Amino acid sequence: MPLTLDEVRHIARLARLRLTPEDELRYTEQLSSILDYADRLKRVDTSDVPPTAFAAAGELPLRPDAPRPPLPRESVLANAPASRDGLFLVPPVLDT
Amino acid sequence: MTDLTDLSLLDAASALRAGRVSSLELTRACLERIAALDPALHAFLAVAQATAEAQAAAADRRLAEARRQGEETSPLLGIPIAVKDVLCVQGLPATAGSKILEGFRPPYSATAVTRLTDAGAVILGKTNTDEFAMGSSTENSAYGVTRNPWALDRVPGGSSGGSAAAVAARLCFAALGTDTGGSVRQPASFCGVTGLKPTYGRVSRYGLIAYGSSLDSVGALARSAADAAAVFAAMAGHDPLDSTSLPEPAPEIDGEPSLDGLRIGVPAEYFIEGLQPQVERAVRAAVEVLRALGASVGEVHLPHTDLALPVYYVIALAEASANLARYDGVRFGPRRPTQGGPSRGVSPLLDQYLSTRGELFGPEVKRRIMLGTYALSAGYYDAYYGQAQRVRTLIRRDFARAFTEVDVIACPVAPTTAFPIGVHGDDPLSMYLEDVFTLPANLAGVPGLALPVGFDDGGLPIGMQLNGPALSEPLLLRVGHAYQQATDWHRRAPTVTA
Repeated sequence: MPLTLDEVRHIARLARLRLTPEDELRYTEQLSSILDYADRLKRVDTSDVPPTAFAAAGELPLRPDAPRPPLPRESVLANAPASRDGLFLVPPVLDT
Repeated sequence: MTDLTDLSLLDAASALRAGRVSSLELTRACLERIAALDPALHAFLAVAQATAEAQAAAADRRLAEARRQGEETSPLLGIPIAVKDVLCVQGLPATAGSKILEGFRPPYSATAVTRLTDAGAVILGKTNTDEFAMGSSTENSAYGVTRNPWALDRVPGGSSGGSAAAVAARLCFAALGTDTGGSVRQPASFCGVTGLKPTYGRVSRYGLIAYGSSLDSVGALARSAADAAAVFAAMAGHDPLDSTSLPEPAPEIDGEPSLDGLRIGVPAEYFIEGLQPQVERAVRAAVEVLRALGASVGEVHLPHTDLALPVYYVIALAEASANLARYDGVRFGPRRPTQGGPSRGVSPLLDQYLSTRGELFGPEVKRRIMLGTYALSAGYYDAYYGQAQRVRTLIRRDFARAFTEVDVIACPVAPTTAFPIGVHGDDPLSMYLEDVFTLPANLAGVPGLALPVGFDDGGLPIGMQLNGPALSEPLLLRVGHAYQQATDWHRRAPTVTA
């Protein structure tokens, strides 16, 4: 099923990716051919088959939900491109 | 001993325990070899000389103390290893091969790494990888391709190509890799080393930069099955920090050389058009070696094999699109400035997300995020992601049925030997086909072991894969060890000149 240029722009927006006009065209073609390949899955009858979310080999134990000391705030903020007063700093969230 | 780096991991461990060599000598021998050869190979993204020498000195003190007390020590104590750059090592950079994590220094280490350093392993540095482990050649690394030590114009495979090249070129005694669709086994095959992808959940994923969370596993690359077994045994076992970690403790691995009574199945569906004849011949010859060691060999069927590739790409990419949402230029990595200027419906924060992710992710990562986003988007979720999960069940059942008939499946790792750098160009689908024989094990969650079993006419290594049921790593490693006792392919080393 071929994708349209508008669909590619919509997906890029959902994925928070700014694409160049050349990339938009290239991805339209490449994603269409990969999806075309993936479409062979639709020919398989799976009406009686349950899904596999992940392939655990057995029961997985849960650990006790007990509080543990977190990472020190300064070691986490050390990797942030911008921080102030012990917080991550971001541009305005609302339109200005 | 003139060239310490030629020792196997286990021989180096014996020499350390006996006091014939020090960890500092081994570590410096590796660091010198990295300095001499890595400019040609580019296996490493970061070399940690100072911390490696400090870890080696600490290991030497522990070794001396253990000798005084007559105590047993881990075979990893004092052994220099390398770590793929998608695993966090506290204090060292972790880029995942991406510009979007340039400069990131994780504040904690992955459990797999911590278990090895607790055992006394020395971390030489971080190895190159396709960006976020998405690729089969390391060509998708934002920091440049790694070259195959057997032929510098060829890829080392991927995504753990840096680790495989480093082990093959004797820059380290073993290396950690990760395997989501073949990323330990395929580069092991291309570089002529041994690579173990454990059962899903056998080695903790805590501190692994996630790609496809239902498929990712942390594995080992080494020069033999016995060396890989030592690394695996040191890092396997339950971890409360990974909710998919299996409760079983790390296994004991024995070296019983006879394969009497072992049933080996060769899957008919893997010997397809596109499989290089020299690869097929070498793999079939290796199966005959196993037969001569006492195994019985028969054909087995995995009828849904041809669906593994589309299932994998829908599931892995859907999971990747969710996992990679965290790279937004807020908490780590660089950020790109907003483009400024008013734009309808685009807040300054959204504008920054679009710039940072659009500019700092590479083309293959963006392609995969886009496909995964599409497969999960309204109206397409069940047709793609839901259907892929149901077909995944059919692939799991293929393996479950096969393992009622045989103990081990033997097949090629990849349809070809190492291909020339650049040959797949801008054709993602042709690159994806390199992984057709390795993806099914990730979908089924079962372990796989890649072993060198010969060379093609161009002198490039060929690999055979052994698959077994969940938790069968001890069996796979025992079969691999028996094969390597009977053959010497794993002892061949490339001649790398700077």
